[in-house]
Amino acid sequence: MADAIEAEGLIKRFGAVTALDGLDLRVRTGEVHGFLGPNGAGKTTTIRVLLGLMRTDGGAARLLGGDPWADATALHRRLAYVPGDVTFWPNLTGGEVIDLLGRLRGGLDRKRRDDLIERFELDPRKKGRAYSKGNRQKVALVAALASDVELLILDEPTSGLDPLMEEVFREVILQEKRRGDRTVLLSSHILSEVEALCDRLTIIRAGRSVESGTLDDLRHLTRTTIRAELIGPVNGLAGIAGVHDLTTEDGRVTFDVDADALDPALKQLVAAGVRSLVSQPPSLEELFLRHYTRDAA
Amino acid sequence: MTGTLRLLRLVLRRDRFVLPFWVLGLGLLPYIYVTGFDTLFATVQERIQYARISAANAGFVGLYGPLHGDSIGELVVWRGGFSPVLVGLAALLTVIRHTRADEEAGRTELIRATVVGRFAPMAAALLTTAAAGLVMGVIVTVTLIGQGLPAGGSVALGAVFAISVWMFAGVGALAAQLSGTARGARAIGVLVLGVVWVLRLAGDISATGDGSLSWLSWLSPIGWVHRVFPFGADDWWPAVLAVVVTLATVVVSAYLLTRRDLGGGLLAGRLGPAAAAASLRSPVALAWRLHRGLLFGWVGGFAALGLIFGAVAASVVALAEDSAGVGEMFARIGGSDGVLDGYFGTVAPICGIMAACYAIQAALRIRDEEQTGHAEAILSTDVSRVAWAGSHLLFALAGPAVALLAEGLFTGLVHGDVALMVKVALVQLPAVWVLAGLAMLLIGVAPRAAAAAWAGVAVVLLLMLVGPLLEFDQWVLDLSPFTHVPHLPAASLSAVPLMNLTLIAAALGGAGLLALRRRDVPG
Repeated sequence: MADAIEAEGLIKRFGAVTALDGLDLRVRTGEVHGFLGPNGAGKTTTIRVLLGLMRTDGGAARLLGGDPWADATALHRRLAYVPGDVTFWPNLTGGEVIDLLGRLRGGLDRKRRDDLIERFELDPRKKGRAYSKGNRQKVALVAALASDVELLILDEPTSGLDPLMEEVFREVILQEKRRGDRTVLLSSHILSEVEALCDRLTIIRAGRSVESGTLDDLRHLTRTTIRAELIGPVNGLAGIAGVHDLTTEDGRVTFDVDADALDPALKQLVAAGVRSLVSQPPSLEELFLRHYTRDAA
Repeated sequence: MTGTLRLLRLVLRRDRFVLPFWVLGLGLLPYIYVTGFDTLFATVQERIQYARISAANAGFVGLYGPLHGDSIGELVVWRGGFSPVLVGLAALLTVIRHTRADEEAGRTELIRATVVGRFAPMAAALLTTAAAGLVMGVIVTVTLIGQGLPAGGSVALGAVFAISVWMFAGVGALAAQLSGTARGARAIGVLVLGVVWVLRLAGDISATGDGSLSWLSWLSPIGWVHRVFPFGADDWWPAVLAVVVTLATVVVSAYLLTRRDLGGGLLAGRLGPAAAAASLRSPVALAWRLHRGLLFGWVGGFAALGLIFGAVAASVVALAEDSAGVGEMFARIGGSDGVLDGYFGTVAPICGIMAACYAIQAALRIRDEEQTGHAEAILSTDVSRVAWAGSHLLFALAGPAVALLAEGLFTGLVHGDVALMVKVALVQLPAVWVLAGLAMLLIGVAPRAAAAAWAGVAVVLLLMLVGPLLEFDQWVLDLSPFTHVPHLPAASLSAVPLMNLTLIAAALGGAGLLALRRRDVPG
């Protein structure tokens, strides 16, 4: 099946500022794709380009097989969007906004709407101004999730939600995932959320994609932390190219090791005799920090 | 009040262009009038004649206020009689911009969480505006004395400008407390301004006729400031009254501020329907929800205006007969038919310009929807940009039509000759549309400068108020679409200029829509 989103070399400038600097993004149909990046990396701009709200200065994008700019409204019938910073009309209630947006997209599932309102514990009778940020977010989420569409584009959808509601959000997205016919582009800062929900992810920084693949792929690119208590002395570790930050103390060693140096490093440990061993896979946080702080280096 | 001075500096920093612009622009108006009148009359006799004819034109009296003398100073004050309204508008918008608009945007919350007292934001806004009024008054006084006008009258006229600023700064502060939104506060403020202007207008016209409705002027703060009569009576009691009103509005605003939560208004939020009505399913249906309050307000206001314009028409003839004396002068201005024609012909473009304000306000809602992020939610659904913008434009074009129709209808119902009165009102519509088209063009081409559409109205109003006096070249006057509107009922209805105006409006609006389709949103 064709990819739901294909973007290559997207460039977008606002005056002297380059927001997107050759960004690539590929989202397969039916997957939940995490879209990560520090503040100002260009996530929202990318999404606005994909929605045909902004024109690119370079590169090519395809969305559900169409041109996001030229075929905007036709494509919008097949997708639902939750903006990162939502405000609604002060004189419309949440329920009215949900119904209106659903109808403008071409209809929404009544039963599912009511079910989602209940699960998100949303009072649909309040007017736009009376909602807190989290509740505004819920209105946008219910409007999007109750629509029968192929693609959900969610821009930091859980910002402002409390942990309980975050959990509800995860359950709903996992349900969507099990249905298998919906594609989700999830821009997020919450790493545990991305870890729990996403099949693949793309990390961007300063308007470029720096990493893309499954979580396992990305983990492969980084280091595992090993802590071991040894029976005898070990000498060969320091000589292995992929071993970093080695410390030895009272027969205990701690080091980080690249994926391809794992095997020779463990062989050295086994040769010395292992009393106990803790291996810690790289967390998404570490992955993140490595990419985010690379700027400073 | 802690932190007021710091906030005052913030207000000055944010308004460093806007504030000098209106203080200077409006403050120099009397000076411009003086130079205009200086060159207009070759002899003193001509000036006295002009004053007598003007005082007999009820449309002029309605628009500018009563005229009791024929000195240059009095003519300048009278001809600039609309200035207190403009000055008041600037004042109340400035105060609301720095109080309720900030509060609505959440900036006040941030400010108030620092070492800043509860009253500081309001106090800073009021002090800045009041000081601006004072500076404006000084500009008026100094420039007029420089022109050789009597010092006493010059000071009095300066005071008229200052107290107009002060009173409506107070009204702005009050409106900002009553409404929960900046939009609502502006609506209340402008409504108050409109009502007091119409009260003065009706009272003054009536006073010069049979006087049965003359007490209406005494209800109006705008009426009071006219009663200073600089260069004539130089009465100072209205200034005392104005200061009392200013203090009262400020005290009540401060009291209301202590009685409400940050971000709240006087009216508590109520619950609404949990689901949308079946009809709420299109951009036009949404636009109806967003525009209907504005529409009802304007149509109601125009209907009231029509009632008053119709009601005072009877006084108009009496006034002309009185002041012109029976005979030559009265015949020269066209007899009773001519007087009425002149009256309706003067009033109609005023209605047109007010309708243009409505049109621009409604059209700029497009930009507003874009800035608040609402447009993003709508445009990410199966709604095209043209359909979205068009749904708002519909109200910018049809709304003023309904409002003008209401004005004409009610004038006709009270005065008689409904068909003619409706025609007189509606003939302004193509010119109104041109300004709506200009707003759409700006929204499409230069979204960040979209508010400059208001400058369009300001220019049109200025051309109407000072253009004939300063004897601008015809091509300058021709810049205003209202110059091309047939001057009913005196002139006959000709279709060509109306069609041309409509075509220009369509071209401007169409170009704006095309540009909107091609640019980024939000742009």
